Amino acid sequence: MIASKLKEAILSLRPGRVTLKYPFAPHDPEGDFRGYPEIDTDKCIGCGGCAAVCPARLIMIQDIDQNTRRIVRLLERCIFCGRCADVCPEDAITMTKRFELSTDSGREDMESECQVFMATCQRCGRCYEPPSALDKIMKPGLRNDEVKRGGQDSPYKHISSE
Amino acid sequence: MFKELCAKAFPKSLWVYHCNVGACNGCDIEVIDVLTPYYDAERFGIKLVASPRHADVLLVCGPVTRQVVPALKRLYDAVPHPKLVLAIGSCAVGGGIWFDSYNVVGGADTILPVDYYIPGCPPRPEAILHGVAVALGLAEKDIESVHLKQLPDRPESVPVEVE
Repeated sequence: MIASKLKEAILSLRPGRVTLKYPFAPHDPEGDFRGYPEIDTDKCIGCGGCAAVCPARLIMIQDIDQNTRRIVRLLERCIFCGRCADVCPEDAITMTKRFELSTDSGREDMESECQVFMATCQRCGRCYEPPSALDKIMKPGLRNDEVKRGGQDSPYKHISSE
Repeated sequence: MFKELCAKAFPKSLWVYHCNVGACNGCDIEVIDVLTPYYDAERFGIKLVASPRHADVLLVCGPVTRQVVPALKRLYDAVPHPKLVLAIGSCAVGGGIWFDSYNVVGGADTILPVDYYIPGCPPRPEAILHGVAVALGLAEKDIESVHLKQLPDRPESVPVEVE
């Protein structure tokens, strides 16, 4: 009886310490763990694909003026599925390995806002994704072309005014 | 000030009452995982108790369903002062993917004053340990809200002032 207990004690001494030292030493997640979805504001083109596929519908898009699009993400309810990173055409969203997301100051800490500079549709006034990166460089800001109707300053004015 | 008071009032062990208010059991499994010898939250004096009257901390998992709201309020009142509330998982933190469902109030902090938030779906056992370490003052929180803005004439984004 006592011998078997002693044997058990010796057996349980053999593996040594198995407990993780985690809060005192870092422990990186292994494998393809999906953590905090980080958005690279420089790469984002504001297409809104992530907002369309997010199952928690936490990505909201607001056009606050004619060439600024706000992408607000309430990551407090993120389920870390990685669909936004899959669908992003510019690979602006990456699923990082960050998991230490606990906070003591409210759910606002998980908020992320990114304001994207957009081109403006000249007809409807709404923001749109520019056709190519070149157009984005060539037409920064609102275009303010001079209003010229057909025939106003033309040498053939006398013909059209008839 | 309440947090300083809590730091004085909880010098040794936190006894934890774990309540599932509509969670899918993912977070509950991770909470049990934290108590195994590998992660071993008991080295910080954490112990699961069976009655809320013995507890210092209320662990809330799940996007508080409407049916459980009166029970959760009674549960909170049953915990003696001073008490802490930990919201574990995206559901308890912000309602999860059920945040606007008809049968869910969406997050524990709509019902209770939540002190510590541990997001994740489910949170890793290490993430729960980090939350515990933040609650015990062993670690600092590692997350901040992000507000960035693109400018037309500059390649890199700049931070936005938030009012």
